[in-house]
Amino acid sequence: MCLSWLHIVILLPIAFTITIPFLYKYFNKYVHTGWFVLIVPILAFCGLLSYIPHIANGNTYMYELNWIPSLNINFTAYLDGLGLLFSLLITGIGALVVLYSIYYMKKDREALNNFYIYLLLFMGAMLGLVFSDNIFVLYTFWELTSISSFLLIAYWFERVSSRNSALKALLITVFGGLAMLAGVIMLAMMSGTYSIREMIGQVDIIQGEALFIPSMILILLGAFTKSAQFPFSIWLPDAMEAPTPVSAYLHSATMVKAGIFLVAKLTPIYGGDGVWFWLVTMIGLITLLYGSLRAVRQTDLKALLAYSTISQLGLIMSLLGIGSVALNQNVGESAALFQIAMFAAVFHLFNHSTFKGSLFMVVGIIDLETGTRDIRRLGGLISLMPISFTIAMISSLSMAGLPPFNGFLSKEMFFKGTLDIAQLDLFGLGTFGMIIPVIAWIASVFTFVYSLILIFKTFTGKLDRERLPREDVREAPFGMLIPPIILSTLVVVVFFFPNVLADYILKPILWAIFPSTTLDLDFQITAWHGFVPELYMTIGVVLLGVILYLTIKRWNTVLKVYPEKLTLNNLYDASMSGFESFSARFTNLYMTGSLRHYVIYILLFFILVLGGRILFSDQPLFSSANNADVTIYDIGIVIATIMVTLTVLLTNNRITAIIALGGVGYFVVMFFVIFRAPDLALTQMVVETVTTALFLLCFYHLPKLGKQIEKVSFKLTNFLIALGVGVMFTVLALMINGHRLFPSISSFFEDAYELAGAKNIVNAILVDFRGFDTMLEIAVLTIAGLGVFTLIRLQIKGK
Amino acid sequence: METLLAILIGVLFFSGTYLILSKQLIRVFLGLSLITHGANLLLLMSGGLKGGSPPLISENSSQFTDPLPQALILTAIVINFAITAFLLVLSYQAYKKYQTDDLDQMRRNGNE
Repeated sequence: MCLSWLHIVILLPIAFTITIPFLYKYFNKYVHTGWFVLIVPILAFCGLLSYIPHIANGNTYMYELNWIPSLNINFTAYLDGLGLLFSLLITGIGALVVLYSIYYMKKDREALNNFYIYLLLFMGAMLGLVFSDNIFVLYTFWELTSISSFLLIAYWFERVSSRNSALKALLITVFGGLAMLAGVIMLAMMSGTYSIREMIGQVDIIQGEALFIPSMILILLGAFTKSAQFPFSIWLPDAMEAPTPVSAYLHSATMVKAGIFLVAKLTPIYGGDGVWFWLVTMIGLITLLYGSLRAVRQTDLKALLAYSTISQLGLIMSLLGIGSVALNQNVGESAALFQIAMFAAVFHLFNHSTFKGSLFMVVGIIDLETGTRDIRRLGGLISLMPISFTIAMISSLSMAGLPPFNGFLSKEMFFKGTLDIAQLDLFGLGTFGMIIPVIAWIASVFTFVYSLILIFKTFTGKLDRERLPREDVREAPFGMLIPPIILSTLVVVVFFFPNVLADYILKPILWAIFPSTTLDLDFQITAWHGFVPELYMTIGVVLLGVILYLTIKRWNTVLKVYPEKLTLNNLYDASMSGFESFSARFTNLYMTGSLRHYVIYILLFFILVLGGRILFSDQPLFSSANNADVTIYDIGIVIATIMVTLTVLLTNNRITAIIALGGVGYFVVMFFVIFRAPDLALTQMVVETVTTALFLLCFYHLPKLGKQIEKVSFKLTNFLIALGVGVMFTVLALMINGHRLFPSISSFFEDAYELAGAKNIVNAILVDFRGFDTMLEIAVLTIAGLGVFTLIRLQIKGK
Repeated sequence: METLLAILIGVLFFSGTYLILSKQLIRVFLGLSLITHGANLLLLMSGGLKGGSPPLISENSSQFTDPLPQALILTAIVINFAITAFLLVLSYQAYKKYQTDDLDQMRRNGNE
């Protein structure tokens, strides 16, 4: 029930943000603020490391913390294999990125306090996201990551492009987030619980519900927008406006994988369903192909990496789709194959974080040292930056899927998965199955091509110093190289010892994704398994890839044939400006600034709602059972009042109008007398007299009433609305009379003499029972009096 | 009696609304005053009419009319007085500044 270690891990980064402004203000002159920040992810990382053996033994940890118990929302921190892998990535890569940023972000030029506050905010939100068991808490953290991403993309907010990109990212991810919220609510309605673990326990009930498919599609919208899947991918290349440490951290290693995380986390609920399989797999494959095709065309290194990230996210997504088949009941013997595909998904996720993280860092180094990221200007950097070259080489070839790097292992497993699924006769795969490995293979060819472009166009070839903005191009400082070196070392180490990683960190994830299935976890990752189809596929990729790379100038133009006007970005821009002008026009249509129009809206709404309610009510509206008796005298006053009122309405003479208004007031006094309200009669009499005097005073200065010269239509509209309001109030008054639903509470006040020592009950209510109300009423009077006073003073000064 | 009073309330609201919708500032205030009277009577009616003696405790009466609406109306009368006074001064100032008491014209003059 109290704060656990896990909660502290989540809250630590967020709590640490409080110290940043002070650290920045007082110490940044001497020490880069990043050194202090670095402590946070390292602490969290080390703490999480200690969980590895326990999780590997199949334990899970759950710590509950009541947050909003009345709404059944608990801040439950839950740690299983999936959460552990993500949290290790978040804190591990987080530490490396912070270290890297110390060199990337110059302490005397950048607003480091903003930067690190946003970064820590993101870190905390992301950790909260992967540890949350309560689905609404998860959603809250989900949106918090979107917001911190928005802040980080717009970090250099003085640039227009940064602001636009940030807005684009926010709009797209929050649109998905809202769709996801709707899906999450449906899920909670179906299962009757907010806990994801309990939902998984009720899979059988959920799968039979009518909302099963709608909730799935809505939640997938959230996941796809977050993980930049086609066609929502357009925000990710623009997000490269952010500083490179941010791109490396949020937009390749962690935040964009939140969608992957969500899909994996909910696979126990939705997995095994045909719609889920087709959506996740096909969107993933399309994204994989789209990203790789676009990446080949890029000339900006970061844009290339952005499309490559999109493409790789698609790969992981499609593997999640393939792996989810293992949960289908009709899959039979081959379920184990798809469990391995699911394993390949998380394996590739890990690998991607290592090689893509280091690639981003190297690109950042190139950008910083040479002053440009444009491939057309770069070249021959190998002699100047040998260490960066080595790192880029290792990481790129891993991305391309070559041995001896970890990307090779997961890429082979990916091919294996696509081949396995093609042979399955389920969900109509018999006819279309072969499409999957074919798309995967084509996309891999282009992946290979852009990996080669990345290394060779940058580091080999002719070095043209004149085209580089900076002259003293040299290798980055050693501290800046440490993070990418660590990551690229992992790339190699994982290739040689993949099973250590698999046994301790990756296989426990399968327990989390397949909680109720018996798992065969004895499989080993091997680099060599004979001449199998996936090996031929890799060889084919390399052969065709090299040919395509060498002939790139001949076919590259083909990709440019696609008209610029039909791109998704143009669609986004057009719809943005369209929405803006539409809403401006629509708002101007009714926000006219005319008081009369606004009053009309209010009155029309009142008439429609109340009138509609009365029309459709089946209760008897009127009842005259309790009516008081009528005397001739009463009728006389009513008729007189009506006549005086109409005089006010119809007269064009201001004095007549004021006198008539006073007349109405005095007649109301008479009603008060008839209806036994002596206090009201007295007060009204006094007030009416003073008001009339006031009116007369003011009207002397105001223009004459004059005849109303408006159009007939204007008058008719007013007449109809006024008539509606009048009728509505008559009906309302009669209804109130006919429906006394509750006994009056006034009997309490009739003991006024005992309770308040007053014989006048009305006075006792005002000054005793509801004394505070009267005090506030006096306050209103005071304010009005002050207002009058000020206005008159203004007038004197004006003169 | 209630039916009669309901009709009167309707007339008050009708006239008041019609005046509020006109363009002239003075008419708007006249309309507001009429609506206030209507609302007060509506409140009074909701407590029941002629249901007993005035709410003054004395030895020879045990049945009172409902005092609660009366207390509310008393408050309303006073507040309305404050608002009327304020609006009158405000309209006078607005008239002086914009040289018109036509609401639309006033807006146009203000924008210039």
